[in-house]
Amino acid sequence: MEATEIKYQKYLPKDYKSENAVRWCPGCGDYAILTCLHKAMAELNLEPHQTAVISGIGCSSRLPYYMNTYGFHSIHGRAAAIATGVKVANPDLSVWVATGDGDSLAIGGNHFIHAVRRNVDINVILFNNKIYGLTKGQYSPTSARGFVSKSSPYGTVEDPFRPAELTFGARGTFFARAIDVDMKNQVDVMVEAARHKGTAVIEVLQNCVIFNDGIHNKISDRTWKADNTVVLKHGEKMIFGKDSEKGLVLDGWNLKAVTIGEEGYTLDDVLVHDAAAKDSTLQLKLALMDTGDGLPVALGVIRNVDAPSYDGDYQQQIKEVQQKSPKKSFTEFLLSSSNVWEVK
Amino acid sequence: MPTNSVITDIQQVTIRFSGDSGDGMQLSGTLFSTLSAIFGNEIATFPDFPAEIRAPQGSLHGVSGFQVRIGAKDVYNSGDKTDVLVAMNPAALKMNAQFLKRESIVLYDTDSFQKKDLDKALYATQDPFAELKLEHVQPVGVSITSLTKASLEGSGLENKDMLRCKNMFALGIVCWLFNRPLEIADMLLQQKFAKKPLLVQANIKAMSDGYNYGNNIHLTASTYRIEPIEGSKGFYTDVNGNTATAYGLIAAAEKAGLQLFLGSYPITPATDILQELSKRKDFGVKALQMEDEIAGITSSIGASFAGCLAATSTSGPGLALKTEALGLAVMTELPLVVIDVQRSGPSTGMPTKSEQTDLNQALYGRNGESPLVVMAAASPTDCFESAFEASKIALEHMTPVVLLTDGYIANGSSAWRIPDMKDYPEIKPPYVEKYYKGDPEGWRPYVRDEESLVRYWGVPGTPGFMHRIGGLEKDKLTGVISSNPENHQYMVDTRRKKIEKIADFIPEQKVVGDKDADTLIVGWGGTYGHLLEAMLRIQTTGRKVAFAHFRHISPLPKNTHDLLKKYKRVIVAEQNDGQFAAYLTGRFEDLGNIRRFNRVEGQPFKVSELVEEFTKMMEAK
Repeated sequence: MEATEIKYQKYLPKDYKSENAVRWCPGCGDYAILTCLHKAMAELNLEPHQTAVISGIGCSSRLPYYMNTYGFHSIHGRAAAIATGVKVANPDLSVWVATGDGDSLAIGGNHFIHAVRRNVDINVILFNNKIYGLTKGQYSPTSARGFVSKSSPYGTVEDPFRPAELTFGARGTFFARAIDVDMKNQVDVMVEAARHKGTAVIEVLQNCVIFNDGIHNKISDRTWKADNTVVLKHGEKMIFGKDSEKGLVLDGWNLKAVTIGEEGYTLDDVLVHDAAAKDSTLQLKLALMDTGDGLPVALGVIRNVDAPSYDGDYQQQIKEVQQKSPKKSFTEFLLSSSNVWEVK
Repeated sequence: MPTNSVITDIQQVTIRFSGDSGDGMQLSGTLFSTLSAIFGNEIATFPDFPAEIRAPQGSLHGVSGFQVRIGAKDVYNSGDKTDVLVAMNPAALKMNAQFLKRESIVLYDTDSFQKKDLDKALYATQDPFAELKLEHVQPVGVSITSLTKASLEGSGLENKDMLRCKNMFALGIVCWLFNRPLEIADMLLQQKFAKKPLLVQANIKAMSDGYNYGNNIHLTASTYRIEPIEGSKGFYTDVNGNTATAYGLIAAAEKAGLQLFLGSYPITPATDILQELSKRKDFGVKALQMEDEIAGITSSIGASFAGCLAATSTSGPGLALKTEALGLAVMTELPLVVIDVQRSGPSTGMPTKSEQTDLNQALYGRNGESPLVVMAAASPTDCFESAFEASKIALEHMTPVVLLTDGYIANGSSAWRIPDMKDYPEIKPPYVEKYYKGDPEGWRPYVRDEESLVRYWGVPGTPGFMHRIGGLEKDKLTGVISSNPENHQYMVDTRRKKIEKIADFIPEQKVVGDKDADTLIVGWGGTYGHLLEAMLRIQTTGRKVAFAHFRHISPLPKNTHDLLKKYKRVIVAEQNDGQFAAYLTGRFEDLGNIRRFNRVEGQPFKVSELVEEFTKMMEAK
C-alpha cells in the first residue's frame, strides 16, 4: 500500500462509481456503505483496474454492480472462496468481499471461517442487519434469541452468532466494527482493513429500513450514540460519552464502564487499546461488550495483528521451489523424471 | 539367467497379485508392470482395492489386488481372467477364485494357509482348493513367509519389517517365472526407497532370493518369455490416468502461457490429481486444498475470473456438490475444467470401484438451461490428450468443460510415449485487449465474437476494461442485469448455440473395423480397451463389425447422426443403465437402431461376455 503514502489524490470517490443505477430501497443503510467504500478506495488511491469486488447473494451482494472496478456477483455464501481464488491467482489485486449475515454466517459459514483461518489477504465487509431482506424478512443467524420474524412467528429458540466471536474463534487477525450512518469511522476502518495483510473482517451494523428498521437504534441513534458506543483507537485510551467523561477499566477479569473522577477512578485507570496484541482475550471482551450489560458497543479497529498471509506464503513457497530446481519445459520435465526408457 | 531347460514363448499373460491390504500387493504389481514396460512389453493395469485402509488381517473384505496384463502387442485392457494368481493368504484365493482361468498357476504362501488363516477367511474345510472347486488350477505352494525371514536374517531389520518384504520374495518368483531382468527392478526399488538404503537392500535381497528360489528348485515345469515389442521410437514412461490428467492440465497451461490453478478437496478416486499438482510448484502450479467441494470449484471460478487456467477435480458425490457453482460458470461464461473421476454410486456407493454413471449428472445436473461441454477420456494415456483438449476448449470458448474419467483408467497405467509439445496446437484465449476490434468504450462483457459466439475475456488487472459479471441474467448488449423476456430467450438460445458451435472446432467421429459392417459398437470413456478387443475378437469369427468410441459427448461430433444412421444396429455399451444411449436417441429421434448393453457391477467389462452378448445381438432378427 505504498501508494497511500503519496500526498496527491490520483482518484476521487466518483471514479469508483459505475454507470449502473443503484437499486436498494430508499433509506437503506447500504447506500452509506457504498459511499464509504468509494471514499476509502479514493483515500487508498487504489487503481480501479487492480481492484476486484466479490459478493455472494443478498441485498449487500448487489454492491459490485455499483463499483467501477472489476466485480463478481456470485452465488449464495461463496464469495469468500471465490475471493480466495482471485487473490491467490493474482496477489497484485486489491480484493474486497461484500457480504451479509445470512450470506457469510449461514449458507457460507464454512467458507467464511476458513478464509479467516487461512488469513487470505482480502477485505470482508460484513453487512449485519440481522435479517434476510431480499427474501422479505426471515430471521438470520445474527438475530437475537426470541426474535419474531416471518419464519419465527413465535420467536426464535436459538442463539445468534456474534461475528467478532466467530472471527476470533477462526483465529482472525483483523476485526473492526462500524455503524452504517457513521461515515467517518467507517471509512477509517475500511482504509485500515485494506492496509492489513490478511483477512480483514469489517462488521457494519446496517439498518434494513423495510424488514428490521431500527434494529441498531440503541447505538446508532444520536440521542444515545455517544453513551452507548466507544470508538477504539490503537494506543489511545478507551474514552466515550457525550463529554468524553466515561472510560473503560478492568474490574477483576471483567470490563467496567466508569465515569472519570467518580468512585475514585482517574484517567490513569482507563485502559489503553492495544489492537496489535496477539493474545485476543481482552479484544474479545471488548468486541462482545453490550449495552444490556451496561457497557458501550465497541466500534473501530478492535484487532489488527501481523501474521503471514496465505497468498503471500503460497507465492513464497513457489519462489523457493523454483529457486531450487531450474526451470524446465513440460517435455524436459517428463524426460528427466524417473522410469523413463528409450525405444530406439 | 535361469537355467531352466524349458522356456515357452507366449504372447500375453494376465497376473493378479492379491493379499491383505497391508501386504504390499499394489507395490509388487506396480513394480512388475513398470519393469515389464521398461523391458519393452505393452502393459495395462487394474488396481482393485477395498475402501478400507486396513481391514482386519486375513479377512475377506480386506483383500487388495493388483492385476496386470502384459504382452508383446495388442494389450488393450487389463484382462478378464488371470493366468497367474499370487495369493498371500486364503482370503485372497477365495476372493479371486472366480477370476482364474483353467490351468492357472496359483502361487500361494503355505505359511499363511494354516487353520487359523482358513478360519479367518471363513473356509469350512482344511482344503481350500477343493472347497473352491479349483481342481483345474496348478497350485504352487511356497513357504514365502519363512523363506523371506531366512533371506533377511542378519539384515538389521526388525522381524516386523522383514515380514513386510515377503511381497518382494513373491515378486522375485514371478520375475523368474516370466524371465524378467531383475536389474530394472533393482533400479526401481532404489528410486522408491531412495532415502532408506536399508530397505532398498532388504527388498532387493528378498526379491533376488525369490527369483533364485524359483530357479534352483525348478518350481514350475516351464518358465515363460514375452518378447519386447518393436514400438515406435522415442522416450517412454509409464503413467496412470490421474497423473496423465494432471500432466494434460500442466501442458495446456504451458501452451496457453497461463498459470494453472486447481481448487480441490480430497475424494476417492480423484485425490491423486490434487496431490500431483500440489507437487508441481516447480511449474508455478497453484493447487489449493480447500475446505469443501464447493470451495474447490468456487475458488477455481475466482481464479478463472482472475485469468488462470482453472480446474477442479472430484468424483460423483463431489460433482453433485459443485452443481450450483458449475451453473455460475455457465452463466458467467468463464473457462473452467471440471474433472470427474467417476466411481460407483449413488450416494457414497463403492468409492474404489469404477463405473460410468455420472454422464447424466454432467450433462443435465444443473438448474436452468445450462449447456456446457462434456468430454470423456478413453484410457490412462488418453487422459493426457483429453485434459489438454478440455483445457483448450474451455479457454478458447469461454465455457466450463466437464471431463469424465473413471476409477479404472485413473488408477490403471500403461506405457506412454513422452509427447513433444511442439506437436500440439496453440491455445489462444479470447483476450479482450488483443482480439476485440471495436471501440473499447463500446465494449461490454457479453459482446461476442460473431462466428464462435464467444465473449471476450477481460482479465482483472487490465486497464480500461473494468466490468461486472454475475449469476443474474444480463442484457445481451449492455451486460446489465435484466429480466426482460425476449432478452432471456435470446441469452438461453445463445448459450446453447455457443456450445453447439464448438462442433465446428473438434474432429469428426472416427470409426474402426469393417467398412461394410451392419453393426456398430458404440462406447465412450474408460471402456475403450475392452470394446476394441471385443470387436477384434468378433472379427476373428468372420463377422463384420465396426466400432466408434466417443471422446466428445457435448457437443457431439458433427457427423454423429449420419454415422449412426448407416448401421442396421448400433450397440451402445456402457457401465450404467443406458445414459449415453438415451442421450443419443433423445438427440436423434429418428434412430430406431439403438441396442443397449449395460453392466453396473463396479468392475471392468469382461471381453468374453461382450463378445458373447454382442454376437447374440448381431444374430437376433
